[in-house]
Amino acid sequence: MSVVHRASASREQITSRSGLIGYISAVIAVLVKDSRCELRSKQSISAVLLFAVTSTVAVSFTLGAQGQSSAIASTLLWVVIYFSAMAGLSRSFVHEVETYTAPLLKLAAKPNSVYLGKLAFNFLTLIALDIVTVPLFIILMGCGISKPGLFIALLLLGSLALSAGATMAAAMVSRASSKGALFAAISFPLLVPALGLAISGTNIAMGGDAVLTAANCLHLLAYYCGVVITASLMLFRFVWED
Amino acid sequence: MGRLKTKDKTSAIMPLPLQIFIGLEIAAVIVAAFLYVPPARGFADKESARIIIFHVPCAMIATLAYAISTIYAIAYLIRGNTASDMKSAASASLGFLFTALATVTGMIFAKMEWGMAWNWDPREVSILMLMIVYAAYFALRGSILNSAARAKISSVYNIMAGLLMPFFIFVLPRLVPGLHPSNTLTSRSGLSPEYRIALGGAMLGYMMLYIWILRLSVRISEHAMLRRRKSIER
Repeated sequence: MSVVHRASASREQITSRSGLIGYISAVIAVLVKDSRCELRSKQSISAVLLFAVTSTVAVSFTLGAQGQSSAIASTLLWVVIYFSAMAGLSRSFVHEVETYTAPLLKLAAKPNSVYLGKLAFNFLTLIALDIVTVPLFIILMGCGISKPGLFIALLLLGSLALSAGATMAAAMVSRASSKGALFAAISFPLLVPALGLAISGTNIAMGGDAVLTAANCLHLLAYYCGVVITASLMLFRFVWED
Repeated sequence: MGRLKTKDKTSAIMPLPLQIFIGLEIAAVIVAAFLYVPPARGFADKESARIIIFHVPCAMIATLAYAISTIYAIAYLIRGNTASDMKSAASASLGFLFTALATVTGMIFAKMEWGMAWNWDPREVSILMLMIVYAAYFALRGSILNSAARAKISSVYNIMAGLLMPFFIFVLPRLVPGLHPSNTLTSRSGLSPEYRIALGGAMLGYMMLYIWILRLSVRISEHAMLRRRKSIER
């Protein structure tokens, strides 16, 4: 009982602060809580990084110098990022359900701050993944980046898009009975437009050519992020609350 | 939770005269497709072009069924009545059926016309994505045991998928070059009058068939739910 009291007290503490500042501080509180749990257990980051490094090594070991084509390299890069994300991002909500902490979190914070906090956490996980995988991928595959600025912008926007869709999918899957396989199955349809755009933009950044221009890819990715995040903010409470 | 209206057995799913009309209408469309419509000009195989009388309405009804499914998902989240969720699920499964029919008829025509059953043409990409999206929808529905949670979460997924439709229909296809004609249905010179009549007839018949099957499957899931409730009471 006392834990519930403390949780509702902390909700009052957070929500008592005025409007936007209270909202942002709730989001940051969720992010800090998740990061602290992650730094203690290292569950999702180790799964994600290990998967990413293993698949990058496997891909480059098998393809070797044949992976020089920018179309193949850009596709493989995003396939590695996508499946590594699938290995770890569902933890954010599944963990709450497995350890029975979800009811407390529901008491302690409003649904939208939970969504934004988890989104920020998943985004940071993907950035950590990018920092490790992408240089390794470029070195092992020996592919040149002709437009570094575009490449980095695509990685950032693409990671944001992946984490936006995957956070929502993770929240849905956490209520289902078969979590692991279902997460990849329902994330893929939500994420495939972002993946397609990121791949064709990366292809351009690596010196290939595509039907869309680089600016098209960036605009559409930003549009995708806007649509998914706005829709998630409107719909998240239906998934999160009983 | 909204209570189910228990309809008496006499209330018909579809009035009998309309049932007979649908049967005759679709039979007439099938006969017209083979006998009334002339062989098409400008195709590699002129006779095989008759398949578009079945193919195009299937694709249109599929899109319509998915749109209706999303509208009922929104209605469910606003009102929380079980009937909307049943209609949403039933419409999605009908959309899946019509998508499958459109894909199969399209593949037969593509094999005749372009030489290969699958060409990664833009519309083939979008219809494949639609099928994957809704296959995942059924997988999601199947794996949530609590019926209230299932209704809520699958409605949310349905709305998210509906919002991403513009990407599937307009953006993804632009990533590959295309083979489908883009403005045949809307331009004046595109279709001969016989084709126009046959296509319109097929559209009407399929639409009524869709409404009929939708009502039937909603009735079936209502009965299943009532039976479950009775067995719990017992």
